[in-house]
Amino acid sequence: MVSRVSGATNLGRNGLHDWVIQRFSAIVLAVYTLGLLGWFSVNPDFSYGAWRGLFDTTWMKIATLAAIISLCAHAWIGMWTIATDYLTSLALGKAATFVRLLFQAGCVILIFTYLVWGVQILWGL
Amino acid sequence: MNWLPVKDDNRPVNLDLTKFHFPLPAITSILHRISGVLIFVGTAVLMWLLAESLSSEEGFQRVGEWLQSPIVKFIVWGILSGLLYHLIAGLRHLLMDAGIGESLEGGRRGAMLIIVLSVISILIAGVWVW
Repeated sequence: MVSRVSGATNLGRNGLHDWVIQRFSAIVLAVYTLGLLGWFSVNPDFSYGAWRGLFDTTWMKIATLAAIISLCAHAWIGMWTIATDYLTSLALGKAATFVRLLFQAGCVILIFTYLVWGVQILWGL
Repeated sequence: MNWLPVKDDNRPVNLDLTKFHFPLPAITSILHRISGVLIFVGTAVLMWLLAESLSSEEGFQRVGEWLQSPIVKFIVWGILSGLLYHLIAGLRHLLMDAGIGESLEGGRRGAMLIIVLSVISILIAGVWVW
């Protein structure tokens, strides 16, 4: 008998949970991206003062941190989806599980780096 | 279509992606994934630019100078293109989650729509970067 182990490396408790997190984080990222693009379009050739002033406001720090956390969750789910779709035993044979875990570990390191780096950028050294 | 050998329950065990004909919705779907990977990695570049530009007046000027370079312009445009495509295709996903454009014909039209919208916005982004 082949026993199935599912959901060891996904972010949420199950597929539905991942689905909801992916959509919710997508909305946060879409609003943030459109907001920032909107700011660029009304402030062409902005100065350092204006740029710094934007990120010094509390609401922009909150929005940016929300976007970074959303990006972390969104990327985790997206990279998990890709890894489990393409880095399979059909494509890679017996090495598949190892390769997939290595890939996912790399993704998690990058995700964690973004999180810490983002906090550092927002609150300075 | 080329199915791989089936088991006795008569279901395909897998699909050979290399032998498939890809209709437009399949292409927009794989582009959504590719653009997702691109912007996941590209975020490092954007965060680097953000960190440098917020570090000091000099850092802000440095980023301005970097953005004069054609190579940096191309990289930033590439990341922006991935972002815009992923955003537009993602918004369509949310519409489809709401039950809009879920039919076969709706899927084809939606795929065409996101291609058109992303080409337009990617061109605008190119003009903006250059």
